[in-house]
Amino acid sequence: MVTLIVVVVIVGFIFLSLIGIYNSLVRLRNQVKNAWSQIDVQLKRRHDLIPNLIETAKGYMKHEAGTLKSITEARSKAMGAGSVKEKSAAESALSGAMSQFYVVVENYPDLKANTNFLALQEELSSTENKIAFSRQNYNDQVLFFNNKIQMFPSNIIAGMFNFVLETFFELENAAEKEVPKVDFS
Amino acid sequence: MWELIRANKIKSLVLFIVLGFCLLLLGIFLGSYYGGQEGGMYGFFIALGIWGLMSVISYFSGDSIILMMSKAKPVTYDVHPQLFNVVEEMKIAAGLPAMPKVYIIPDPAPNAFAVGRTPEKAAIAVTAGLLSTLNRDELQGVIAHEMSHILNRDVLFMTFSGVLLGSIVILSHVFLRSLWYGGGRRSSGNKGGGQAQMILMIVAIVMAILAPIMARLLYFAISRKREYLADASAVRLTRYPEGLASALEKISNSTYDLQSANKATAGLYIANPLKQKGRKLANLSSTHPPIQERIAILRGISQGANFINYQNAYSSVKGGYGRTNIIPASKIHEKHNVALREATTDVKQKTKTKTVRDLGDLMKKVNNFVFVTCLCGMKFKIPPDFKEEKFSCPRCSRINHVPVAELATLAGISDVIGK
Repeated sequence: MVTLIVVVVIVGFIFLSLIGIYNSLVRLRNQVKNAWSQIDVQLKRRHDLIPNLIETAKGYMKHEAGTLKSITEARSKAMGAGSVKEKSAAESALSGAMSQFYVVVENYPDLKANTNFLALQEELSSTENKIAFSRQNYNDQVLFFNNKIQMFPSNIIAGMFNFVLETFFELENAAEKEVPKVDFS
Repeated sequence: MWELIRANKIKSLVLFIVLGFCLLLLGIFLGSYYGGQEGGMYGFFIALGIWGLMSVISYFSGDSIILMMSKAKPVTYDVHPQLFNVVEEMKIAAGLPAMPKVYIIPDPAPNAFAVGRTPEKAAIAVTAGLLSTLNRDELQGVIAHEMSHILNRDVLFMTFSGVLLGSIVILSHVFLRSLWYGGGRRSSGNKGGGQAQMILMIVAIVMAILAPIMARLLYFAISRKREYLADASAVRLTRYPEGLASALEKISNSTYDLQSANKATAGLYIANPLKQKGRKLANLSSTHPPIQERIAILRGISQGANFINYQNAYSSVKGGYGRTNIIPASKIHEKHNVALREATTDVKQKTKTKTVRDLGDLMKKVNNFVFVTCLCGMKFKIPPDFKEEKFSCPRCSRINHVPVAELATLAGISDVIGK
């Protein structure tokens, strides 16, 4: 009788903790999805803002058709990207083109004084920040999720119910990854 | 972040139990001083009643009372797009479920605070002076600090422990006053209780004197710790400690006094709005750590934006006293290193005239002024209670029309957001 009770209690305990682990895995996966959709919102906002910016800049920057064109191309490439990996690459290319553009803008004081352009620039730089912050949030969530999947005992449940590792949203930008060189000469 | 919140919850719970115990004990002693054993019961229930009533009021309408007291006005995106953008950035970084409401206090003294009992129902108020003196990175630091207060449930904690503290102070104050003025209906009749009466009286007096002091010290110690924690979280969110550091520096260098702040709301602001002469003793009974020390810690952060980096900077600034952990242990051992970032491009200093003009314009915008530019280039700022429909420009004597409809909608909007 006593052994029966002990067995029942142990089996019940194991069963309940399995349910708990499964639920926490689902919750973490949903958090990852939610974080990803937040990045998506911001990326889309950036794609929507860029045409306006180019339209405003066009009149002032007649000699910079190349720069503007490269932004437009990078934008359409980024809009077509599907998987996390593709998006990472395309969006970093777009960021690169944008920073190139801001460097060129420094040569056009008239454009920099345009209130419409200033407002757009504030919007875009804020969107860049929002992308960075939501990426930071997404990567944190992915880290939690991946840790849980790989660690014992939750890895058993993860294997049983096909939870797969999520990909980090990394910037492929060479400049950001490069270790800064210090030159004392 | 979640461990931080959990650690805070446990600590707050301990504080509540200690403070609540203090309050109820005080009630019992004071009650039994007046009315013997039965009085003790009454005292207990009176203390419990005061505590409960004040908690309920502050839980349900505390934030609107505070916002009203500080004369904060709800604003729309158009009044200050950058502020809204920065708040949204920090909302994303902190993973907050909803966008906090944004308020501007029309006051030239730079300061800010946050209210809201849950992250869903939060509000952030900044002064017009803050917006006109800080650049984008500095503003981001300040907003991140406020966002951390919301995220760490500091507002709820501050309200509730403030209420407890207030109840203790009120009870002992009333008791000591009544003693002083010779009141106190001694329970007459039982002569045998003379000695017990004496002991009770001494205990009651000692408690009434000590309880408020102890409670205050405890409250201040924990609220200071929360300021450090909010600074550390702000660094973690923005990855740019210099932003908050130079914002704090500008705030402390300001010569303005915040008109609408008082002793009750002072603890909520990012920096103490009530200027006091820097006495050493004041450090014990202050809700905020000395601002120079906070700046020194922020500037001492070098390797990364993790909590451990803040803790190290804290220890090196505080020297021998800095061995206490201000960050919960679980958060110190973050596995991945978070790198610091560079300043954004908007670091150029504004000229003094521009700052003053921005400040004036902003205060007028918050107060529902409408801006009209005459064809000759002259700018007019029309107050909301302007009665005429048109006016002539003093420079070129052209007739300008007042946008009556716009004035009316602006007034209407602020009424709606206010609710």
